Amino acid sequence: MTFFLVSSIIKIIVVFTVIMVGVALLTLAERRICAWMQDRLGPNRVGPQGLFQPAADGLKNLLKEETLPAQADKVLFLLAPAMSFVPALLTFAVIPFATPLPTPWGDVDMVVANLPVGFLYILAFGSLGVYGIVLAGWASNNKYSLLGGLRASAQMISYEIAMGMSTVAVLLLAGNVTLSEVVARQAQSIWFVFPLSLAYFIFIVAAFAETNRLPFDLPEAEGELIAGYHTEYSAMKFSMFYIAEYSNMVTASALMTTLFFGGWDIPFTTWDNTPPWTVLKTVATLAAFCLKVSCFLFLYIWVRWTLPRFRYDQLMALGWKVMLPLALGYLTVIATALWILHAVLGWAYDTRFGLALFGLNVLLAIPLFFVLDRGHIVAGSMAGERA
Amino acid sequence: MSGTLVLFWAFAGLALASALGCITRRSPVASALWLVVTLFALAALFVLLDAQFIAVLQLLVYAGAIMVLFLFVIMLLNLGHPGPMDVKGPVGVGTAFLLGGVLLFQLWILRQAAPPASIQLPPGSVARLQQEQGLVGAIAQPLFDTYLIPFEITSLLLLAALVGAVVLAKRRL
Repeated sequence: MTFFLVSSIIKIIVVFTVIMVGVALLTLAERRICAWMQDRLGPNRVGPQGLFQPAADGLKNLLKEETLPAQADKVLFLLAPAMSFVPALLTFAVIPFATPLPTPWGDVDMVVANLPVGFLYILAFGSLGVYGIVLAGWASNNKYSLLGGLRASAQMISYEIAMGMSTVAVLLLAGNVTLSEVVARQAQSIWFVFPLSLAYFIFIVAAFAETNRLPFDLPEAEGELIAGYHTEYSAMKFSMFYIAEYSNMVTASALMTTLFFGGWDIPFTTWDNTPPWTVLKTVATLAAFCLKVSCFLFLYIWVRWTLPRFRYDQLMALGWKVMLPLALGYLTVIATALWILHAVLGWAYDTRFGLALFGLNVLLAIPLFFVLDRGHIVAGSMAGERA
Repeated sequence: MSGTLVLFWAFAGLALASALGCITRRSPVASALWLVVTLFALAALFVLLDAQFIAVLQLLVYAGAIMVLFLFVIMLLNLGHPGPMDVKGPVGVGTAFLLGGVLLFQLWILRQAAPPASIQLPPGSVARLQQEQGLVGAIAQPLFDTYLIPFEITSLLLLAALVGAVVLAKRRL
């Protein structure tokens, strides 16, 4: 019991610190990558390659003046920034990030809390992140802020449904709601991104909407709402919203890694997922996990500086008229396919099973992308070649 | 006092205090937020009862979806600011106290009664069931097996309510 408490406390402190430092570096990465994509230098003055820029920004934000709008609801105005970033950090608690670490007192699971309902916990806390934004918008007592808050709540609820539906397919395949089991299932055979490619597609679109990143950052939309829900915020409170946004990105990337890309699994070898556990295995799998998460973080930044913002009605239409029916229909297809493979053909889940489902996904994806594309990119480029 | 008991009293107290906050605040937004805190405390109590699945669903459905919609409607209709006092004179106060007294009396009666033997489970059976079928299976199995027809009827009722709300709100679609 004492060992469990001590190891849990150490894990909480280490994970919290790593995420906070990661978020700070991520803000720098975003600015440097954006600069690189726009053919300029970006912040490179403070420290080597601008590495201390986040520290300088943090110091500046701490020293700046805090403003409080005259008609604002004081308590909620102060509470909102904290409420927006706590759920993002709490969500990370159930994500397994490496193989168990052997210590003289026993193996330590490399997950802060290995909950039996880990998966549902993620959905539950993911849906709480919206409170911070909504309350910030409302408490500011500013019509642009209010509009931003309203948009955020509508957007989050709409895309949460598609997100939940797409992940149900993962649960069907894993047969479990414990995340460590989901990872173990993928480590034994094939990563879920292959048998469930379309679920991954729906999930990634929904994840962009849930984290309020471009092309779905309608709640702040500076072109129309000034800065949306954080218009009235200044100094560290404003900074907290940024920390929340980036922590949400880290958590969403970790989720994509865990649910679809094998979590800490190193591909093409079973060395890493069989006992006896060694420190080397823990370090190697941790490195694999971090690498995968960084790839998704880069994807987030890449998309942000590539795509323009959606219009609000387009966002809602995409959520309710495309993503939700698509997720529901896909769930039916996958459940039927699983039943046929399991019950009728009697296959157990292995690589062959995964590849059969992957074939089905490819067959479904080709007509789907032609319909979604509406003759803009796929058909358009073909027309260009003919001319 | 064991750790579980300490947690129970802490969360039970929090649930009661926030429920009081919910019904006494003048501003609808503050009320809604206190209700969210109540839901959280209840979820914690469910966890203490070893019902993690129900706890998580409570957060997911009530705190995560329904209360966000409540807030959305409050903000959309701009009801966020406290309205005039709505307690209707001495008759209203008297009726409220009377009904509250009846409720307290019922709770007191309930406290005297022991739970009937038919709903008491042998010790350790819940843990065994969860071991065999998993946390979700232990709920899903009876829900979609024994109680499938009531479950489907409930979902039809909800669907009817949903269609009704759309028809009432949008006369011309």
